[in-house]
Amino acid sequence: MILEWVLKSVVIILFGLTGFAYTTYYERRFLARIQVRIGPNRAGPWGLLQPVADGIKLIFKEELVPDNAYKLAFMLSPVITMVPAIVVMGVLPWGGTIEALNLDLSLANINVGILYILSVTSISVYGLVLAGWSSNNKYAMLGGLRSTAQMISYELSLGLAFLGPVIMAGSMNMFDIVKFQHAHPLTWAAVQFLGAVIFFIAMVAEINRAPFDMPEAEQELVAGYHTEYSGMKFALFFMGEYVKMVAVAAIFITLFWGGFAGPGVGINEISVFGWFTFDGDWLGPLYYFLKIFIVLGIMIWVRATLPRFRYDRLMAFGWKVLLPLALFNVFLVAVLTFYFFPAV
Amino acid sequence: MYNPLPILQGMWITFKSAFEKPVTMQYPEERFELPPRFRGRHHLRRYDNGLEKCIGCALCAAACPADAIFVEASENTDEVRFSPGERYSSTYEINLLRCIFCGFCEDACPTQAIELGHDYELAYTNRADAIITREQLLDDVPADGKPTPQKVAPGAFSRSIPDMLNPD
Repeated sequence: MILEWVLKSVVIILFGLTGFAYTTYYERRFLARIQVRIGPNRAGPWGLLQPVADGIKLIFKEELVPDNAYKLAFMLSPVITMVPAIVVMGVLPWGGTIEALNLDLSLANINVGILYILSVTSISVYGLVLAGWSSNNKYAMLGGLRSTAQMISYELSLGLAFLGPVIMAGSMNMFDIVKFQHAHPLTWAAVQFLGAVIFFIAMVAEINRAPFDMPEAEQELVAGYHTEYSGMKFALFFMGEYVKMVAVAAIFITLFWGGFAGPGVGINEISVFGWFTFDGDWLGPLYYFLKIFIVLGIMIWVRATLPRFRYDRLMAFGWKVLLPLALFNVFLVAVLTFYFFPAV
Repeated sequence: MYNPLPILQGMWITFKSAFEKPVTMQYPEERFELPPRFRGRHHLRRYDNGLEKCIGCALCAAACPADAIFVEASENTDEVRFSPGERYSSTYEINLLRCIFCGFCEDACPTQAIELGHDYELAYTNRADAIITREQLLDDVPADGKPTPQKVAPGAFSRSIPDMLNPD
């Protein structure tokens, strides 16, 4: 049992880390195609070894620590940013149960999964603000402050967008939410549409990606909170950013796009033209992966399209538009749930 | 600002552009087709019989606005002949760090000996390599020519500047 947990944790960490590496590759290739370029295609076939090359380069880079930095926080903050992003993936279901092997395709099935996600993701903002403060650099400081303000502002809308699925499924357990979506896909799509849009915007803001990449606005703040970082410490921030990207994409699809659910999932024996049969739940991780891939693609596509918000407009949008809209969405979902599912 | 329609229009444009053919040229494999008058690295040309066109007059060095060319001339004899006429360039150096590739040397040359060719991969790793010498600049000897210095019949190449094709 413990061995099973360890194995699953290793799988999730590996998924997170290779996910990070290949999200950078995916982003660079897709961004390049949008800009009518080719993108990295030299290292290995189709440039597939590019992330490896980047990693090797970063490992051999010199690590600088500024003289007047607060060393402990300076060393610790990349870790604080990085770890929650991976930890959060622990509660996300990436498949059902394989009956034949008595194997759950998920690590932890906790009944307050959503609270867990909200609390863990909030930790990573400490990493950013500590990095900004401990660097003893005005640009890093401003970047850290901006990211704190931005993440606090958008976390409200994000939290309220979480409420929609909770109200409708009547549970905070990620499995129950996925199962509910599997059972009522069309009603879910109709009722949760606004919530999904709000969640998407808030999550892009939450992970500080374009068009909300205010904390690291290159033109204004050099590189924001990681200005003073180099080598593997910088790589950890970079990694944290992309792992967060994968993680929020996974949360998004779990809450609004049926998670691992898809055609065939939940059927115990699927026959392939009578050649062989397999458990339909094996398709779960595949759908999960494909959906994450598509959501990441949309995030890259948005980055390729939209310029950065001005800071005051970003705040105005978060507080004056997104928050009221999210509140309205809670009301809307509650009313519609009452209308569609009076018994629940 | 809060109108989502322009955002969606923009998204549509970037979506369409993702399916266009990339404009990237895969450089070492694919190369630009250079225009015929492209001005790359210099060449010192030869006549068909293998004699060098350069007569060491240093008009190119005089014309050079960047002072990149250094020419030193020596005397030809019929026993040891590099070029037609009295003199040839025994030293010919171009400093590529100074050269601005304006092509004035071409224009100044009375025998059309120096021409700017199509070589543009001129990387070097130290300053000394930036100065290219006569040996690097000279073209290969043509198929039906002989290498210089040549031993020629006395008086056969007394004129430095060849007869004009259309003397008017």
